[in-house]
Amino acid sequence: MSASAEATILITHAVGLHARPSVKFTKLAKSFAADIEIALAANGPWFDAKSIVKVMAAKAPKGTLLHIRASGDDAGDAVEALVDLVRRDFDEGADHARSA
Amino acid sequence: MPAPLRLQGIPASAGYAEGPLFDIDRPPAAYAGKASSEEERTSLQAAIGKAVSRLVAMVEASDSDAAGILEFHIAMLEDDALSGPAFAAINSGLPADLAWRQALDAEIAGYTASEQDYFRARATDLLDIRDQVLRALTDDGGGAAPIGAILYGEDIAPTRFLETDWSAGGGIALKAGSAASHVAMLARSRGVPMVVGLVDPPAAPAGIALLDAEHGSIVLAPSATETGSFREALSAFAGRQVNARTFLAQPAKTRAGTAVRVQVNIAYPDDVDGIDIATCDGVGLMRTEFLFGKTLPDEETQYRAYRKVLEWAGAKPVTIRTVDAGGDKPVPGFTVEEGNPFLGLRGIRLSLTRLDIFRVQIRALLRAAVHGNLKVMFPMIAMAEEYARAAALFAEEQAGLVARGVAQLMPPLGIMVEVPSVAIAPEAFAGVAFLSIGSNDLTQYVMAAARDNAAVTHLNSVLHPAVLRLIGSVAVFGREHGIAVSLCGDAGGDPASIPALIEAGLRDLSVAPAQLAMAKAAISEVPV
Repeated sequence: MSASAEATILITHAVGLHARPSVKFTKLAKSFAADIEIALAANGPWFDAKSIVKVMAAKAPKGTLLHIRASGDDAGDAVEALVDLVRRDFDEGADHARSA
Repeated sequence: MPAPLRLQGIPASAGYAEGPLFDIDRPPAAYAGKASSEEERTSLQAAIGKAVSRLVAMVEASDSDAAGILEFHIAMLEDDALSGPAFAAINSGLPADLAWRQALDAEIAGYTASEQDYFRARATDLLDIRDQVLRALTDDGGGAAPIGAILYGEDIAPTRFLETDWSAGGGIALKAGSAASHVAMLARSRGVPMVVGLVDPPAAPAGIALLDAEHGSIVLAPSATETGSFREALSAFAGRQVNARTFLAQPAKTRAGTAVRVQVNIAYPDDVDGIDIATCDGVGLMRTEFLFGKTLPDEETQYRAYRKVLEWAGAKPVTIRTVDAGGDKPVPGFTVEEGNPFLGLRGIRLSLTRLDIFRVQIRALLRAAVHGNLKVMFPMIAMAEEYARAAALFAEEQAGLVARGVAQLMPPLGIMVEVPSVAIAPEAFAGVAFLSIGSNDLTQYVMAAARDNAAVTHLNSVLHPAVLRLIGSVAVFGREHGIAVSLCGDAGGDPASIPALIEAGLRDLSVAPAQLAMAKAAISEVPV
């Protein structure tokens, strides 16, 4: 049986869905069988969430409402996991504590 | 023989190098076309694979920052969406190199056109990715520089730095670049001499050059006389380094015998693992921003981090600075986005607006205090009321811990002197336990010159009379009121600045661990 799921989540990461967050986002997306896409607007354009080239090309800055949709057996889990990753700010932040 | 030419630049990593120039902007060698599209496809596939395996090997030898960049490159290279257009172009008759270049250039154009600085900056990564594959295609050994060469060009990619063999010397001379760049930080930690922002550089000079990254210059096509005096400067620098090591185990004192305390600055609890506590007088600055890097840390995580450093230091003091987020150090879920973050809600200002987060840090510090000689200071204090509020929060949290029967101790509370208002009118702070001058921020605020902007580096000098006068008057204020004054900015570890700081009245400096020996050696030369 094929299922589908979708969600929207606000990107709060300082510079948005950028290089390192994109690596994590696409790696996580690829761990699911479902087809997953992202968009910056409800009516698209939609980008393949498993391709870092496409995800980077979406150029989603901080403050973007990210739309995620999936279809396939584990669609629900996939959307939930990706939303959670964005909510956790991709488990990263200011890695560079510079000088005093 | 062309005439010698001396170019001036900005030192980004101290040291000297004499060696052949290597043009890092040189295009990859010519690609030998294959007989069929099938072979072109195989050739491109193999080149991409080769570039990926080189990157994987580099990840293993890298710190987490560098690894993050490399993993992004790997993920891009492994994505069929990147190579797809190139393979399609091969099918329509293009050779592999041209097909790859066109496909990547189209992708790069998309980044260059972005209105967002961050995404526009990623064009550099795409260029790096493009050239890694082109070099693999033409099989010119990754364009590796000969050992001991001086890498010369517009700017340097992190992968280029990481794949270069620096074991036998060499250096970096850049027309653009910045001393605050990631590569500059890598160069300093590995002792690779580096100069950025060369003025009026020729396009692609060749031959032997002399790089003086202590003062920031390079001589192209040097005369025998220049080479001679360069080698003298080089061996004097090497001598100072060797000499410095003998100072490491001794307490620092000037030529006149005045004792100067030299402490270390650390950013991570693990930093102390590589330092012999006998070589320093304690920790003059422990940053806590690192704890706030990934997620907001809980009380237990913070307590353990502080306790580790306190136990390492034994009876020697450890000065921990409450979180200095904001400015150039954003923390998700904590800092706010501002048009002018260096003048906005950062340091103590931010902590006082987010008491939920600040109180957790305060409790962790009060609890850790029982494990050593803790001092706590607040960053970015501009007015005495901010200090009073922060101190009151310490008292409140202490009362809470007492009520719950938790072991705790109130540490001496001091402030950073980095906002000019404090340095100009220190009398409002006669009640603080100690003052620690943050010379980097104090200098950038007094000179109105951002410290991460190469275009205004010449203004950003702690040796400007305006900055030195403020430091001197803070030292006098401290002596008159019996308040300890120290300095924990980069200037404290800079041999060129140390004499002026001692002459301004400072007797307590805190420096990066790598600068400890050189700082002590420089202090020994000061006549006062």
